[in-house]
Amino acid sequence: MAAVQETVDHVKSLDVTEYKYGFFSQFEMDMAPKGLNEDIVRFISAKKKEPEWLTEWRLEAYRRWVTMEEPDWARVHYPKIDFQDLYYYAAPKTASGPKTLEEVDPDLLKYYAKLGIPLHEQELLAGVEGAQQRRVAVDAVMDSVSVVTTFKAELAKSGVIFCPISEAVHTHPELVKKYLGSVVPTSDNYYATLNSAVFSDGSFVYIPPGVRCPMELSTYFRINEQNTGQFERTLIIADAGSYVSYLEGCTAPQRDENQLHAAVVELVTHDDAEIKYSTVQNWYPGDAEGKGGIYNFVTKRGDCRGKNSKISWTQVETGSAITWKYPSCILRGDNSRGEFYSIAISNGYQQVDSGTKMIHLGKNTTSRIISKGISAGHSQNTYRGQVTAHRKATGARNFTNCDSLLIGQNCGAHTVPYIEARNDSAQFEHEATTSKISDDQLFYCMQRGLSGEEATALIVNGFVRDVLQQLPMEFAVEAQKLIAISLEGSVG
Amino acid sequence: MVARIVSTRTDAEVSLADTFGSAKATLPGNAVVKEMRETAFGAFAAHGLPHRRIEAWHYTDLRSMMREALPLAPLPDVRALEAVRVELAAAILPAGPRLLIVDGTYVPTLSDALPEGATVRSLADVLAEGRADLIDKLAAAKFAVGDSIVALNAALMQDGVVIEVAPGAVIAEPIHIVYATAAQTPVARFFRSLVVVGAGAKILVTESSLGAGGRVGQTFGALIFDVADRAEVGHTCMMTKTEPGSLRLDTFIAELGADVTFSSFALVHGEGLMRRQLFLRCVGDNTKAALNGVSLLKGRDHADTTLDVEHIGLGCEGRETFRYILDDSATGVFQGRIRVAPGAQKTDGKMMSRALLLSDDVVMNNKPELEIFADDVACGHGATCGGLNEDQLFYMQARGISRAEAESLLLEAFASELADNIGHEGLTAAFRAEVADWLAARTVKG
Repeated sequence: MAAVQETVDHVKSLDVTEYKYGFFSQFEMDMAPKGLNEDIVRFISAKKKEPEWLTEWRLEAYRRWVTMEEPDWARVHYPKIDFQDLYYYAAPKTASGPKTLEEVDPDLLKYYAKLGIPLHEQELLAGVEGAQQRRVAVDAVMDSVSVVTTFKAELAKSGVIFCPISEAVHTHPELVKKYLGSVVPTSDNYYATLNSAVFSDGSFVYIPPGVRCPMELSTYFRINEQNTGQFERTLIIADAGSYVSYLEGCTAPQRDENQLHAAVVELVTHDDAEIKYSTVQNWYPGDAEGKGGIYNFVTKRGDCRGKNSKISWTQVETGSAITWKYPSCILRGDNSRGEFYSIAISNGYQQVDSGTKMIHLGKNTTSRIISKGISAGHSQNTYRGQVTAHRKATGARNFTNCDSLLIGQNCGAHTVPYIEARNDSAQFEHEATTSKISDDQLFYCMQRGLSGEEATALIVNGFVRDVLQQLPMEFAVEAQKLIAISLEGSVG
Repeated sequence: MVARIVSTRTDAEVSLADTFGSAKATLPGNAVVKEMRETAFGAFAAHGLPHRRIEAWHYTDLRSMMREALPLAPLPDVRALEAVRVELAAAILPAGPRLLIVDGTYVPTLSDALPEGATVRSLADVLAEGRADLIDKLAAAKFAVGDSIVALNAALMQDGVVIEVAPGAVIAEPIHIVYATAAQTPVARFFRSLVVVGAGAKILVTESSLGAGGRVGQTFGALIFDVADRAEVGHTCMMTKTEPGSLRLDTFIAELGADVTFSSFALVHGEGLMRRQLFLRCVGDNTKAALNGVSLLKGRDHADTTLDVEHIGLGCEGRETFRYILDDSATGVFQGRIRVAPGAQKTDGKMMSRALLLSDDVVMNNKPELEIFADDVACGHGATCGGLNEDQLFYMQARGISRAEAESLLLEAFASELADNIGHEGLTAAFRAEVADWLAARTVKG
């Protein structure tokens, strides 16, 4: 319970309702003209010096996107987005392909230091906490481009490819061509199609057969520029028998207007491979009145193509004005396994509509969903999930548990699961509960000297413990702090 | 999601419009009611038959499943009524007054009088008379908003019964609403009934069907309960005796006052396409409501139970428990939504759906939903589906019970577990008999 104590201490030390990452830095930026048309798509493609096939791929997606309509089925409400009023490409000028950290704009490094992102390998190697410090390779993406990727050389030794996707297009075109859009096709949904047309950067990871990735891989996303949308695209391929753990974090400056973030993440696992994908999403959620904040419309999907493969999603969602995100698993290979662990916390006027899909196609596939939603303030928090077993998916099993916690009288918590079984050997169990923090528990804690806020943070940490345990250690600590911060001002 | 569907009217929609056009002059009701019918049909025509993209009908795509609309059932003639009379005399029903609805029309000559404290009139009379409070309750405007099948029923309702129970009246025996069919050709029937229960009254209403005549047909029924404070109301529905190719869509609506005890039990084991949609609003405080159902399906049956339970009052308790047994190529659908309105504190809601799948060709779709806008509540739902437990079967087989018998025992136990919730001995026995019939007719595979 040491970690919980740490959280309590952390809450104590914090200023009230302050989004820690709300600062903005002025960089010289290379921007595309405002708006979206075929020329902009060509412009982005040209900026990246992309091959012909990719440009065509983007254009095809764009042409399709023009014919599509925005989805409106999610329980989120927002004014219509003017897609022509956005910049679709913004890159720090100095970031055009630095080879080493020395070439990176020192201001940029300071900026990342402010965010707490360890870009200096040496710093990490020195290890502030000695031998226990784990090493993490970081790919930092600011607005539209990847700024720097660390530990590349060491990863290359074991054959792991970890680089910006814009670079992979040139260095590993065969892999990119083979896998890009194979999990989330360009026609998938409105935002995925938009992303396919204008995606600017993101991470590319390939783990060769039989390799256990020697360190955690991580991407740090940051929206800095005004009026820009961020459209990153991540592609992770775990070849037969390999393993990788990947972390993703996000922040954005505090602004009055809403900003759009529409990412696509594709994961592919071959036979016996495993990908563990963890997210701590902390985009700017808007101010106390619900003004500003990021619209987070993300398509994340994993494809368990091989036998005995496994994909595990863990997410801690505390930021964004609107979250629309359903990390899913297609369990195609026999005996494959999908997992989804989620903590979604909403406060203020945030709206969260998140969940997962587990599509059982192979035989004896199993999946597990643990979702913990916490709503406070005036927020709305929805779990929306689907579990399907197809006719040939004999022996499919799923266990789903969605719990919601309500703090305060003006928030809402909703659960919308779709459970579809198409054969008699599928075994599905689903349970969901909604309740408030027990007065008895609060009283007990407060009687022992904790303030209402501290007691709430303590109880909430207990409520989400199942999911926190799934996170890599560094993230778990960060997530716990985030939970405490997100719930500030919601009690009393 | 990709592109909006430009809907053209289906054959069924076109003929429903024709039916309404030619029947509206003769359908019962005063000017106000006629106006309501027009509005309701307008609402139906605007949306058409519900389809996959209408969330409440996601798993029952009527647009593709309802190929044609049958002509409106004519008034039953003397000969047909005589056949029904004979059938009714032979029917085994627990004691209690019977109200007969033949092809959507209430037939007083075949029905019993209600005991003191309760009155019954035909819907046609009530619509013609136009008593504002009853019309208002019949319109049930707060319920099923936007549901085009409920609108269609409101536009075309031919008849039904309106039962009023005086405050404090205790009706000991169940009141049976019995549906019978007389038409020799396939027809469509539209009926709507209303039960108004006064404060502190006690009543049990059952719905059942007689089985003969042209059973293949389309039935659009609605039953509305308006329950005042402290009343105790029971309801059972046996949705049986339909044949493959038939369509039965029932809407059940209940508005409950304070301190009401309400319980409803349904058995669905007809054939063809069946859907029960239940809308329940707990308006008063401290009301207890229980909805239970068992669906036994085989062949190519498709049975859909869709619930919408809304808690508005303080401290209400809701219990919804549903069971499905699916065999052959049957499809089961359970959609349940618990809604807790802002301020409905101390709501205690629990919903459970369990399905047993007996063939690798069945489909079970579950969608339990929670929609909660108050913080001090305890709400939950559960859903399971799976096959029979092999260990249990093995245990029994090891003790000399044949596999077929072992399966039957397990299935019977699974289906009958809810029987105690019926709360009436005779009706419980009738339910058990139906379950036994279904099991006896089942052929065990492998």
